[in-house]
Formats: sequence, structure tokens, C-alpha cells
Amino acid sequence: MVHRIEIGFKKDIRDALGETMRKKIVEHFGIHVEEVKTAEVYTIEGDLTSDDLERIASGPFSDPAIQRYVIDRGIAESFDWLIEVGFKPGVTDNVGRTATEAVKLLLERNGGIRVFTSRQYLLTGSLTRADADRIASGLLANELIQRFEIIEGKDWDPGKGIKAYVPNVVIEDNPEIEEIDLNIDDEGLQSISNERVLALTVDEMKVIRDHFNDESIIEERRKVGLGSGITDAEMECLAQTWSEHCKHKIFNSIITYKDEEGKAEIIDSLFDSCIKASTRRIREGLGEEDWCLSVFVDNAGVIKFNDDFNLVFKVETHNSPSALDPYGGALTGIVGVNRDPFGTGKGSKLIFNTDIFCFASPFHSEELPKRILHPRRIYEGVREGVEHGGNKSGIPTVNGCIVFDERYLGKPLVYCGTGGIMPSVIHGKPTQSKEILPGDVIIMTGGRIGKDGIHGATFSSEELHEGSPVTAVQIGDPITQKKMTDFLLLTRDSDMYRAITDNGAGGLSSSVGEMATLCGGCDMDLKKAPLKYAGLKPWEILISEAQERMSLAVPPEKVDEFLALAREMGVEATVLGTFTDSGKFHIRYGDRTAAYLAMEFLHDGVPKMRLDAEWKPPKYEEPDFPEPEDMGTALTAMLSRLNICSKESVVRQYDHEVQGGSVVKPLVGAENDGPSDAAVLRPILDSFEGVVVANGICPRYGDIDTYHMAACAIDEAIRNTIAVGGSLERTAGIDNFCWCDPVESEKTPDGRYKLAQLVRANRALYDYTTIFGVPCISGKDSMKNDYIIGDTKISIPPTLLFSTMGKIEDVRKAVTMDAKKEGDLVYILGMTRNELGGSEWFDMHGFRGNSVPTVNGQRAKKMYDALSLSIRKGIVSSCHDCSDGGLGVALAETAFAGGFGMDIDLSLIPSEGIERDDYLLFSESQSRFVVTLSPEKREAFETIMEGTILAEVGSVTSDTTFRILGTKGIEIIRKDIDDLKKAWQEPLNF
Amino acid sequence: MTKKVRSIVITGNGTNCEMEMAHACRLAGSDDVDIVFISELLYGKKRLDDYHFLNLPGGFLDGDDLGSAKAGANRIINAGIEGKEEKLYDQLLRFIKDGKLILGVCNGFQLMVKLGLLPAFGNDYADQTVTLTFNDSGRFEDRWVYLKTNSDSPCVFTRGIDGLYFPVRHGEGKFVTKDPKVLEELHRGNHIVLQYSDRDCTKAVMDYPENPNGSVDAIAGICNETGRLFGLMPHPEAYLHYTNHPRWTREKLPEEGMGLSIFRNAVDFIRKSL
Repeated sequence: MVHRIEIGFKKDIRDALGETMRKKIVEHFGIHVEEVKTAEVYTIEGDLTSDDLERIASGPFSDPAIQRYVIDRGIAESFDWLIEVGFKPGVTDNVGRTATEAVKLLLERNGGIRVFTSRQYLLTGSLTRADADRIASGLLANELIQRFEIIEGKDWDPGKGIKAYVPNVVIEDNPEIEEIDLNIDDEGLQSISNERVLALTVDEMKVIRDHFNDESIIEERRKVGLGSGITDAEMECLAQTWSEHCKHKIFNSIITYKDEEGKAEIIDSLFDSCIKASTRRIREGLGEEDWCLSVFVDNAGVIKFNDDFNLVFKVETHNSPSALDPYGGALTGIVGVNRDPFGTGKGSKLIFNTDIFCFASPFHSEELPKRILHPRRIYEGVREGVEHGGNKSGIPTVNGCIVFDERYLGKPLVYCGTGGIMPSVIHGKPTQSKEILPGDVIIMTGGRIGKDGIHGATFSSEELHEGSPVTAVQIGDPITQKKMTDFLLLTRDSDMYRAITDNGAGGLSSSVGEMATLCGGCDMDLKKAPLKYAGLKPWEILISEAQERMSLAVPPEKVDEFLALAREMGVEATVLGTFTDSGKFHIRYGDRTAAYLAMEFLHDGVPKMRLDAEWKPPKYEEPDFPEPEDMGTALTAMLSRLNICSKESVVRQYDHEVQGGSVVKPLVGAENDGPSDAAVLRPILDSFEGVVVANGICPRYGDIDTYHMAACAIDEAIRNTIAVGGSLERTAGIDNFCWCDPVESEKTPDGRYKLAQLVRANRALYDYTTIFGVPCISGKDSMKNDYIIGDTKISIPPTLLFSTMGKIEDVRKAVTMDAKKEGDLVYILGMTRNELGGSEWFDMHGFRGNSVPTVNGQRAKKMYDALSLSIRKGIVSSCHDCSDGGLGVALAETAFAGGFGMDIDLSLIPSEGIERDDYLLFSESQSRFVVTLSPEKREAFETIMEGTILAEVGSVTSDTTFRILGTKGIEIIRKDIDDLKKAWQEPLNF
Repeated sequence: MTKKVRSIVITGNGTNCEMEMAHACRLAGSDDVDIVFISELLYGKKRLDDYHFLNLPGGFLDGDDLGSAKAGANRIINAGIEGKEEKLYDQLLRFIKDGKLILGVCNGFQLMVKLGLLPAFGNDYADQTVTLTFNDSGRFEDRWVYLKTNSDSPCVFTRGIDGLYFPVRHGEGKFVTKDPKVLEELHRGNHIVLQYSDRDCTKAVMDYPENPNGSVDAIAGICNETGRLFGLMPHPEAYLHYTNHPRWTREKLPEEGMGLSIFRNAVDFIRKSL
């Protein structure tokens, strides 16, 4: 029997969710709605008496102080339109799961109860049905994963209410294993790849075909009951393992690169020759002092924090799912990347998140291409997904940023990074590496497997197109994951498992597949895997990316203990098989073999791609606009630009200080609202050693030259690190490339240019990480960030996020960016040059220009070392990195964050080749800082900084006026800092 | 030999501030501090009876899926101890009856309220008369707030403290009473320990953002009649050292953060009554 319990607020209780929705309806659609009220609906399936229902409704389901409930009738009254939104069958319903458990506990039942949730929105106002439909589909529900029902007030019968609906997944349970014949023509191979979303090329399909045609292979397979064809599970498993997402085929390809003079050279693997090569060289240079412990081999990179602890770091992207379902996609992004450091080595405790989003303008007003959600909806959905994922996991979101560019309309970029800490030794064994012995038991823990997230890895290895599968979307559950990580940290510390890894892209095929390389094989039975619902085919179980799962290798003698503790802590843990040394990835479904693949072929069989790249430097129109008459207004306008303005409304919604070690917060200054450059935190509460987390990203420069874009991103992350008191002594990087498809094809005629852009960015990465001594320890690439539907193609600008994690010896030496005291001197560090190509200032005038900022690494390093020392010695009062919007913005931010005025003389600023005051103010030359310090520290500072470019350019004043004297000796800006701050705070204050 | 002060910090099922809460107990001088999973209590591996000071930290019990801490309260009330007749709730009531101390912060405060442990007029610990619901802003916020302390309150934890500054980090922190009579009784019995206030910590403030969630009469924390049970939305365990303060790089601050005094009061009180 199915019942409905509906919960609403009592009269006079404020409905904050309803109010928020009303505001959004007005802002998103311009539809006038007088009031929105909400009600929570629980649909319960089970054998329940009316007394049971009463206890449930009045107990866990409602709050007696503010809520009322009805059972099996409608709670809604006096509304014009009712919209009820619930999940489609098979979609994760986190609240429903919690409600089910609560009811079982209340009624002391073990099973027979299922609860599903939905929410009612009751709208009052003169709306048409079309309006209600628009609100439902455009804001309240995402039709990919949710369904909705609309009822007009005049048709409402509360006695009848809404008929109970149970979103059952109805699939015939037919666990067949299909064999596929690959001995067909190219066209046929291509259509198999397309239809199954395998994202394999014909060449790759042929390699697979040839392997399976080998007589000895056929003979081996016959022994395990297989025919001559490849099974669907094998096909899918190879597609996952060989996907761009997992194998980074473009980064490992052989590239013929032609430069602008037509000179060609061969590059064998950008990954090896640029990224890994730099790290190798830095480590060699460090010699005995090498602090890198595990790089590029695990789910995340590991460095030494001190003698007792290691730090772990990884940044991932979750772009494609976030385009389809911003909330679910981003939530899965953050809880997904959490599992990377968690599943590195022996496993680490998670200590921070850092998130960077790239969106189109939330104020986008043109018509949207098909299947694209409005950027405002993406912005809010992603923000909320990361909020729920981060906050509910109890991991502080310590910093991040948001970048805006119209080309992110087709695919937003959602970068999520997570750091962890692990004891360097547990039970006498180093924790940074993994070991598995044949005979160890395969155990999967956490969530159950459903059709969700099938083809995530291959899907993200393609552009977003008409047929992009909805199953690729998943909704994470941070609490299931938190319970699992709580449990696993206990088992780690009591030595109950030997190795751990996460189930991310590719699901079990990839987690167990990769673990099996450590011992040389596995034997796993998919029939034992816990499922959300019946009806999954074996291949689906194998590659499902259902969330919150880790795979472990548990020594046989520890299995009972492991499972008992899991039961006790309410964590699902299931034995799926054993690790072997058979050399085979052997997957069964009961007594039938579903996959039997040679480990070597699975992991090393993928053929290397050969690609062509050709660099032709683009030439843009040089800007032609006069120097503004009113520089104060110009500065105000710059402060209001989306890439510069305050992101406080987003930052505040993330818990940035849980775990108690927050030292430099994302918002700092006199009113706790200035923009921090980087985060500093103490992972161990009785120590003053700290971690510095920073990011650099500047896609606009890539339009001119991705070499310099990459150089600037690296410089920015390091600048931010230095600005808060970090140093180059122990700072590691994570590269994260998000590109548009760089492989030349009919769809991508400019592939050679895009690939050349990738080559150039990697060269800069090698050059600058080497100079700065900041090794990459892990990374990620996402190479197909295009949208192609019909005649519309939108490609993102090539984007490199460079994230750093460094050590600060004593957090008490950290500084923040806000001016501290009147009378303090203002210094500008670094050379300001005519480098406005790709700048915010040019962009505001509709130009791009060509003079992209470049980085002089040697000179910058010298300055960073000296500045870092000055900060350690306590000489510096404030230090702010100078980036988007140049000196004008950095000076204004320093002033208004500190609540002081400033007097600056532009003629004192060290500059080269600049004749215009606006260029001086808004040039985006790299490696520059605004520093303030007490006059009595002048000498000490200048002594330490000797040999670097710097100048004292003014002072901090006691009033609230921000004054700038132009190079001609005339005051060009006189603004109240409160007005500047307001302009900076307003644009995204929603 | 003197007796030991023993503190328990409960975690599991979505709680996430247990580490810093335990650290606060240790810094405050508690001799033993155990972080205990609720499952350990439910499996009889640990007992509340063995402790003097119960800490209910912040987090998202069961994701706050049925309303903040609702499912968590449901578990404590209904779950039995494995292999015993007793329920966890029986241990909890005995703990209170024994005059021991309970501190609930954020989600822990929400849990206490939804269990009926606060304000518990007339020592009735079963009736929920107040609640913590969605912030007026409709959103989760991390923001530091000033707090006015009530020196007439019987609260053990805030003795000798005059004004506080802590972060709030919640989406459901708006304090509401079931009816005006409850609010009146809260005032009359000096149950109201903390109110969101101006920067001087002298005047309760109803305006956002000083009052970050729209709480009735700016109520941020309350205690029961004995002052031994105390719950608050702001996080004292988030301010144990001056480097936690959002403006430590610009203000001269004492080494020790303001949050520690709350825990020290608790530990000192227990030590005296041992």
C-alpha cells in the first residue's frame, strides 16, 4: 500500500525556501508571482497502519514547533498553481533514503519500507499555465532527472490530493552476456563505437579485433567458456580503460609540431616530455632533499609535509555532467575528487577543497542553443552542488575563483580540488604506495550500483551532442560517502586492508582493473555486487559510475573483522572476488565468464595516436580608443567587471573553516570582505606548520598565445602563494588542462592549431615549473570541451588551471592583502610593461590586442625568494597579488579591504614602454605585487629586496579617499573607498 | 589521586567538527577525551555513563535530510543498544539526571533542541518547544558574529564571560519558539545565554547580517534550568587560537581564542564537583 504524508509550515512561519524561489522566478523569468509556499511530500510504500503513519508524520517527518502535516490528502490551500517536483525512477533520492531508515528505526522494522520524496511549490499570482510550465521546466525541475506535475488552483480537491506515485525502475532482469563480432568493415566498427558510446576510433577497434583473432587468445578464451567474439563487457571495459578520460591519449600521442617558420619536430608524448620531465628534473636537483613521494602514479600526488605526515593533492574536472545537470554534476564533481586523495596510497584524511568555475555571463540575454541551460542556472546549480558536496563532507572550501567568458556557454568548466593528509608510516609501512598480494580479497564499500553514471568516462571523452546520454548524470550523496570514509580511516589505522582505490570513471572495471596490475590479475564475480534495483546487465555493473564507492584489497585473514566493523557503522561492504597473479582480468557473472582479458592488453594495448600540430600566431586588431577623461569612473567600471568583482555571495555559502585550522580565510580585511590571494590552514591543530593553497588561471591570454597563458597561470598561482607568506621551497603543482578538441577532423578543421596551442602550453609548463622549482605531482586533462548540435558549435577557450599546495613553516608569519595602518608605505614590486593584450581593460573596450603578458622566470624567482623572506621576517604588513585589472584594481582592493584611503603617484611606478596612465593602471604584467609596510621597516625591506624591481609609490592614509596622481602630475582619481568597494561588491551579489 | 575529567565527543553519520571539539576539550584540561562513533555507543563498546562531559559537535547528521538533526534525534530516541534491553536514550537521560554537562554546537544544538533537551522547562526532556529552522536568507552562510552574553543566566559554560566573537556556519539556525509563551518563559528563566549583537557585544541586534539568520529576539544559544545543558549555533571550537580570528593579521589578540573559555568553564566545573 502506498501513502502520502505532506508537510507544510504552520501559519505565520516564514517559508525561506519559498521566498527564495519567488525571488528567482522574478529574476529569471520576469514573471510576477505574489507568493511561493513550499511543502515536503513523502510517498511511503509499506504495510502501515494509520497509527504507524501518524507516528511517522508527527515524529521524524515533521517539526512540531513550526510544521503541520496531513496523511493521504492534500495540504495545499489557497494557491493559483501547484507544481510538484519529484525524481524520475532510478535517480538517487538522498532524502528518501534517510527517511526510509528513519521509519525503519521508528517502527523497528528491517525491511518492507520505501520512502520517496518530492516537493510542492504553491504559487499565488495571475499566471497562465504556460508560465507555470516555464517555471517548472526552467527552474524548479531538471527534466533529465526529475518529473513534475502542475495543478491549477481551481481544479484542486484537497480531500483527494495528489495520487501517490512510486518511481520504480522497471527493467526486465536479463543478465545476458552478448558476444560482438568485430570481423566487419570500418563503417560497421565505427557504428558499434558510436551506438555504444565507446568513443573508440576505427584504428583502436581494429587493434582490438586483431587481438581477439589471435589463435592462442581464442584457445585461452575457449577454456573459460567464451566464443570467438568479444563480449559486451570486454568491449565496454576496453572502451573505459582506453578512453581519452582514463588513458590521456592526446597527451601521450606522437605529435608532429610545426612552428611559425614551418620547422617541424616530433614530440613523443607531451605528458612525458613536458610534465613528467620537469618533475624529474626538479627531483634530481633536490637530490637527497627530494620531498616528492608519489607523483603521477596514483589517484593523487603525494609530498612530504614533515617527518610524520604527508600531504596529498588532486584537482579534477566535472564539466560534461555539470552542463546537463549543474547541481548533480558539480556535487558529484566534488565528492568524486574527494575520493582521489582518499584513495591514494593507503588513504588520506581530507583537509581542504578548492574550486574553480568557468561560466558564461549569468546575465546572458541572447537565445540559448538547444540543450544548453542558462548560465545563471548553471552558476547557481554548480554553486549549490559544490556547497552540499563540500559542506556536508566536513571539508573546508578554502579558496577558489570564478572565470567568465561567453565561450563557456557550451560547456561550463567545474574544477574541484581536494587535499589530504596521511601519517607517513602506518604499522611500519610507508603510506604513499600500494601493495597487493595474490589471494587478497576484493571488497567494494559504500553505495550500491545502478545505471547511473554509465558511460561517464567515454561520454566526457566526446563533445556534448544531441544524443549525450542522460545516464551519464549522477547525484552524489556526501553523507553515504562521509560514513564510508569515517569507517575506512578506522580500518586503515587498524591495518585491515592492504590497498585502496576509488571507483570513479569506469567504475569497477577501472578501479579493480588498475589494482589488479599490482599483483597481476583478478577474479571477480559481478553477481555478488549490491545493486540499487534489478535489471542491470553484467557489463553495466562493471562500468557503472554510481557514486560513493571505494575498492579495497583486504588480506583474507582480515575480511571478517573488516565486514563486521562495516556492518556496525552502517556501511555496505561486499566481497566481490580475489586478486590473483594469473595475468588475466577475469570477470564472471555467477558461473559464466563475462570478461577475460590479458592484463597487458587491457592496460598497454591502446595504440599511440599520431597527430599534427601547426602553430600560426594569430594577429588581432590593435586597440584604438582614447585614454579616458575620467579615470575614476574607469576604475569603478573595472571593479564591476565579472572577472574582477567580489564573489563573496558564493564564498560565504561554503564552510571555509570546519576542522578548526583556518588561518588565512578567503575573505579578509577590516570588514572580513576583502579578496584573499590564497588560503593558509593548519592541518594539525597542535602545530604551527601550515599548508598554502593557491590557483592560477587566465584563459584570455590563450587567444594570443597559450605559451604565455600557461606561463601566466603558473606565475599567478605562485604569486598568490608568495603573497600570503608561502615560499618556493616546498610548493607542488597540479596541472589541469581543459581544451577544445585538438584533433583535426571534419568537426574540427582547426585541430592543428588547437593542438599547437596545447603543445605551447605544455612547453611553458615545462619551462616555468622548472625555473620556479615547483614540480607537478599530478594532473588531469579534459580534451573535448565542445558543444556541437545542429549547425551550432561552441568551443571553450583553451584553459589551464594551475593549482599549488605548499608548506609554510609557521602560519603565524602569514600576511593578508588588506592595508593595515595609516602611514604605511605602499610599494609596487615588479615591472609594469605595455602588456594589455588579452587584458580586462582591452576587453572592456571590445579589443583583444596582441601584447600578451610574458613572464621573466629568473627575475620573478629572485623576487619571490626575497619577498618570501621579508614576509617571514615580519617586515611586510600587507601583500596583494596583481592580476586581472592590474595595479588599479590591486591598489583599490588593498585600500578598501583595509578600510583606509591611499595616496599613489603613478610616475613612481617602475614601468617600461608605457605612455598612457590607463595602461599603467590596467596593464596585466605578471610577477607584480602591491605591498604595504611600516615606514620604520623601509630599510630592512629594501635591503632584502635588493636587486629586484620595486618602488615606493605612496602611502596608506587615515581618511577614506583613494587618490591617484597621474604621470603628468595631475590628480586623475579621487574616489571614496566605500564607493569603489560598492562597485566591486554589487554585480554578483545574488 | 584526584579523579579524571572525562570528555566524550560524539561523531559519525555526518558529524564533522569532532576533531576541533576534542582539541578544545584537551586544551581546556580534560584528562581524557574520546572521539566516539555513535555506532560504538549503539554496539555497547562505549557508554555515556563513563564520561562527565558530552560534546555534540557540528555537522550534518544524516545530511539533515528530514530537517536539521531530525533523523539524528530519531535515532537517539529509538535505537536500542545491541544485545541489551537499554536504549541510547536511557543512557542520555541518566547522564542528565546525574548532573553531567552537555554542550551542543550548531548541528549538536539542533539535535538537543529536537530531542527536547533544550530548553526542557520543568526538566521535561521529551517535549520539543523550540526549533532551529531555515535562515531568513534561505542560504547556508559562514560568517563571524558578535554575541552578547547574559550574566544572569545559570549557564555553567559562560560564567565570567562578557561578549564573544565566533563564526556561524549553518543554513538552519533561525531560532523559533512554538508559541509566545515559550519565548516569555525563556526570558523569565534566563534560559537565553547568547544573543547576536553589535560589535560591542552589548546590544542584541535583529538586523542581517549581525543577526545572520533572523532568530527571534536574536537568540543564538540557550541553556536548561540547571545551566548544565547548553546549545549554541556559533562555533566556539572554531576559535581556539588567535590565528583563527578573521582579522588576526590586523588586530592585537591574546594567544588563546575566545572559544576555549567555554570549554575551560565546563572542565573546571566538573573538576570541582568530582
